[in-house]
Amino acid sequence: MIGLTHYLAVAAILFTLGVLGIFLNRKNIILMLMAIELILLSVNLNLVAFSAFLGDLTGQVFAMFVLTVAAAEAAIGLAILVIFFRRRGSIAVDDVNRMRG
Amino acid sequence: MIAILAFYLFAALTIASAVLVIFARNPVHSVLWLIMAFFNAAGLMLILGAEFIAMLLVIVYVGAVAVLFLFIVMMLNIDFAALRSGFTKNLPFGLMVAFVLLAEIVVAVSAWKAGPVTGGAQPVATTQPNIEAVGELLYTRYLFPFELAGLILLVAMIGAIVLTHRRRADARGQKVSKQINRRPEDSIRMANPPVGEGVKL
Repeated sequence: MIGLTHYLAVAAILFTLGVLGIFLNRKNIILMLMAIELILLSVNLNLVAFSAFLGDLTGQVFAMFVLTVAAAEAAIGLAILVIFFRRRGSIAVDDVNRMRG
Repeated sequence: MIAILAFYLFAALTIASAVLVIFARNPVHSVLWLIMAFFNAAGLMLILGAEFIAMLLVIVYVGAVAVLFLFIVMMLNIDFAALRSGFTKNLPFGLMVAFVLLAEIVVAVSAWKAGPVTGGAQPVATTQPNIEAVGELLYTRYLFPFELAGLILLVAMIGAIVLTHRRRADARGQKVSKQINRRPEDSIRMANPPVGEGVKL
């Protein structure tokens, strides 16, 4: 039977993959944002799994809040990316220290 | 039996898609794999009985966030080959960090023991559909955080618009007062040209 540990294992692997993605694509901000989405997805999976196995709905409510914040973060992050690209013509993270207002 | 099979299918596909998000050469493919990962994670949540979150995942992530990513990747003219230059250099170190992190999580989970849920636990009612139960909880006990979530989204929307909006010098804006002040006498001329000569402009 599928237990809580199975879901935790999937979420742990997903979380690790997200961190690995941030480490590997150090120059590509878009991929870093996608890796952050993966991390948040694994957190959501954990919240929902605990909510289901402990019989407490609060976890699902908090998963919804995580989802909200993730959507807001993606929107703001991509907006910053767009203005950065307009100014510099590239999205290399190494150039970020030159972005002065 | 079917639930077990479905769990392993969704779990394997989620992890495989996550791997391909990171390792895909083309960022457009990365976004598409991300969509695949979200769909499969929604399937995992459906098995758990969290229908509301699963549908929210599909609607919000696949319908909005992933499309936003796709739009940005395709809109900006980025040389992605140059951005991948440090990939192989970072690979050993990244893999090492990832393994250490995974080992830590495994150790932490195996040492963890679930305590009883105390305090204000909201039990899952078996007779009520999941969406109704979540909605009831959301609009009573978590009403204030719920409103706050709406505020966060509003701030994000305004922030994104303010950040990306720019006044272009070559834009031809609409001058409403000029349009309203225009009269038929200023713009229409009646002419009765003789045959074969036409109208002089």
